[in-house]
Amino acid sequence: MRAPSATETRGEVLLAVDDVSLSFGGVRALTSVSFDIRKGEILAIIGPNGAGKTSMLNVINGFYQPQSGRITFKGKARTAMRPYAAAHGGIARTFQNLALFRGMTTLDNIMAGRTLKMRRGFFWQLIRHGPAMTEEIKHRQFVEEIIDFLQIAAIRKIPVGRLAYGLQKRVELGRALAMEPDLLLLDEPMAGMNLEEKEDMSRFILDVNQQYGTTIALIEHDIGVVMDLSDRVVVLDYGRKIADGTPDEVKRDENVIRAYLGEPHA
Amino acid sequence: MQSSEFALNTVPKLLIHNAATIGRRPAMRHKDLGIWRAWTWAAMLDEVRAFSIGLAELGIERGDKFAIIGGNRPRLYWAICAGQALGAVPVPIYADAVADEMAYVLGHAEVKLAVAEDQEQVDKIIAISDRLPQLTRVIYDEPRGLQDYDHTRLISFADVQRLGRKKLANDRTCLQQWEAGVAAGKGSDLAVILYTSGTTGRSKGVMLTYDNTIISARNANAFDRLDQNEEVIAYLPLAWIGDHIFSYVQSYAAGYCVNCPETPDTVLDDRREIGTTYAFAPPRVYENLLTLTMVRMADAGPLQRKMFDFFISFARRWGEKILDGEPVPLHARLIYGLGEFLVYGPLKNRFGLSRIRVGYTAGEAIGPEIFRFYRALGINLKQLYGQTEASVYVTAQPDGEIDAETVGRASPDVELKISETGEVLFRSPGVFVGYYKDPEKTAEVRTPDGWVHTGDAGFFDAKTGHLKIIDRAKDVGRLEDGTLFAPKYIENKLKFYPNVREAVAVGDGRDFVCAMVNIDLTAVSSWAERNNVVYGSYQELAGHPLVYDMIARHVDEVNKSLSQEEIMAGAQIRRFLVLPKELDADDGELTRTQKVRRGFIADRYASLIDGLYSGASEADISTEITFDDGRKGIISARVAIRDMRPYPAPAAAVATGRAA
Repeated sequence: MRAPSATETRGEVLLAVDDVSLSFGGVRALTSVSFDIRKGEILAIIGPNGAGKTSMLNVINGFYQPQSGRITFKGKARTAMRPYAAAHGGIARTFQNLALFRGMTTLDNIMAGRTLKMRRGFFWQLIRHGPAMTEEIKHRQFVEEIIDFLQIAAIRKIPVGRLAYGLQKRVELGRALAMEPDLLLLDEPMAGMNLEEKEDMSRFILDVNQQYGTTIALIEHDIGVVMDLSDRVVVLDYGRKIADGTPDEVKRDENVIRAYLGEPHA
Repeated sequence: MQSSEFALNTVPKLLIHNAATIGRRPAMRHKDLGIWRAWTWAAMLDEVRAFSIGLAELGIERGDKFAIIGGNRPRLYWAICAGQALGAVPVPIYADAVADEMAYVLGHAEVKLAVAEDQEQVDKIIAISDRLPQLTRVIYDEPRGLQDYDHTRLISFADVQRLGRKKLANDRTCLQQWEAGVAAGKGSDLAVILYTSGTTGRSKGVMLTYDNTIISARNANAFDRLDQNEEVIAYLPLAWIGDHIFSYVQSYAAGYCVNCPETPDTVLDDRREIGTTYAFAPPRVYENLLTLTMVRMADAGPLQRKMFDFFISFARRWGEKILDGEPVPLHARLIYGLGEFLVYGPLKNRFGLSRIRVGYTAGEAIGPEIFRFYRALGINLKQLYGQTEASVYVTAQPDGEIDAETVGRASPDVELKISETGEVLFRSPGVFVGYYKDPEKTAEVRTPDGWVHTGDAGFFDAKTGHLKIIDRAKDVGRLEDGTLFAPKYIENKLKFYPNVREAVAVGDGRDFVCAMVNIDLTAVSSWAERNNVVYGSYQELAGHPLVYDMIARHVDEVNKSLSQEEIMAGAQIRRFLVLPKELDADDGELTRTQKVRRGFIADRYASLIDGLYSGASEADISTEITFDDGRKGIISARVAIRDMRPYPAPAAAVATGRAA
């Protein structure tokens, strides 16, 4: 179902997670997890509730600092990512429970995603004239292209707090895209959506990957969606990686079957 | 180019004329990436010419048919004109047509080339292309998602224009040749083939010449004094005659500007930004606007609601009189003025109708209450009766002679008569040439001396002299006891209620009248939210006992109003049910212009109709539905049936009934 053009660029490692462990007090959220995210692919991280999926994303973009291990992004290794460095380095994300500015319009929310790209200082921004204006127009055009891409023109001027949940998810994706990320992290992009919204969202994720060549790592509960969407799947269970491979390989993996069917853990 | 009126007998000639005379006035606008982009007549000529010459390079010749498939985008309108400039014949196709329907029209019209809006339409064409050997090229407007497609037969709109521009630059005689080609066009040439959605059977290709469309457009412009200062918004299907005349031919003839909305969902906002002065819409559009307003008002605070209710009822009493220039007491004028400031003005602004000079409703009968609502606000809404076979205009209401239940007088140059069976016939310069490749059907509809059977039953209103349409002639029936049964008349009364989206009345040859009702999801779900009614699906909501109670109240009010009309009193609704699914054009239940296909529905829901007449308290239905992507599924449901108590007929009617 994928076009060949997207696969050609795939292969090179964009981000490597190496032997990462994270614990909160006595609770071990992640234990020696290692995997790669390769350029141009869609990678899904799945696992039962409490497997450490969101913790993993939080480590990648620097919300959590792991106690041990290494993260190598674009060839640069560090023990812990910082959110600011992650954003500047080209990692954007969306959140499981949405983190939009509810009182602001769709347009303003997505414009907010351009903040890091703004070059003019605070003073120029304030008087909105000359170079700052030229810059704003340029950014607005980029944002309008995203609005067109995500088909949300009709809600451009509506405060996001008034939108249906599925649309809010789409706006959040828009804001992440506004950062022109190299790596896009999606935390349960389809949680709480109905079938039609899920299909739409899947379409957009595929289009983003194909059209902009953006590398995507996503967490998802809906296994059917994951298998259709992703090139590779990493399975976590109780903070450990139990499988890593193509959807077909993962589907046949005994450890995965055991984790999902809920056999008693000895 | 000669500029005498007489020679301007084709649309491409009008384009060249407009570019020369009003070249710097706006001809078209399109909202793209949030910004209105405008083209002047001169700029539009440049775009159309480049595309036209590009088409010629691709091998399009005089007499070839080409399809236009998509929404209201400038490039698709340009494509129509560009093809016409070469003497080719455009065949616009409904953008929401499923692949099978499209295959039929493309095959029947022997389309050689198609101009499609985007990937969605291109995919549909590709899916049916093995059935269409004569279709050799597909041009697309929006490149998104199409980069990786095989481009041996596919080419982008921009690339075709590039071909044209290159040819223009390299070949000095090219421009002259192209202009000579336009000049060679005659008024009697075939201008367009429009496939009517048809309430029965396969669609038919209505052939219209430039003489048909341009004379009709000029008459309409003169009738309402439309000039180059008008602003209209194009949002109706390109394949509908209304849009073809109103957003295309009339614009070229008067020189006014056509605005293309950003997306179909943004029409309301886009219309407000433009402030259209002339509007043309089927009743459904006005109904939806009103429903949306009523829903929003139900959610508004008590003060706003009181204010709204007071001024709306005041407007209902005085607004139309003020609009028609009748004498009105001073205090009424003053309060109406205050209402204009507080309610009517803001409301019209919301609707995008602040600057409206003339608004038409056409395509179907509009509910009198809805019609009066808009007029009460001071909007000059008028009725029009038209047909594809007439290049739209058959009758229209002149300013100041408005009646909610008539469709007006014969339009300029139109002759009207009523046949012995009560059917309306007309004859005019707009009368079509014939149905494409179907002389038999043509002969059925058009008499040798040029009269066209409309298929509608009507009569001239004694009081106003206007034409009044009751229903489709074939739909008007009789109950078993001989009582007149006009289904649409009853359905329209039901559809006035915002909670009712669609209704189907049955009763021809039966003992009494029954109705099947479709709820309006927007209105009813908002009502459900306010009344703590919990539901999981459309089907569940439609079957909810409280929803039935609500619909029963509406049916009761309809019965009451029917009982007050002598000829309709016997046709009150005795039993009704709420349909578990929305009637949908994809399932063939509605036409592409959203008219109910009664015969089809009667077959499809036969088990429900049996239930209605068997006296059962519920009925089962299992039927196939088509999803947007063309997949099919089965929906089954048990539907409850309610009995209604009819009102006694007026005394006179009962007496004559007994006497007979």
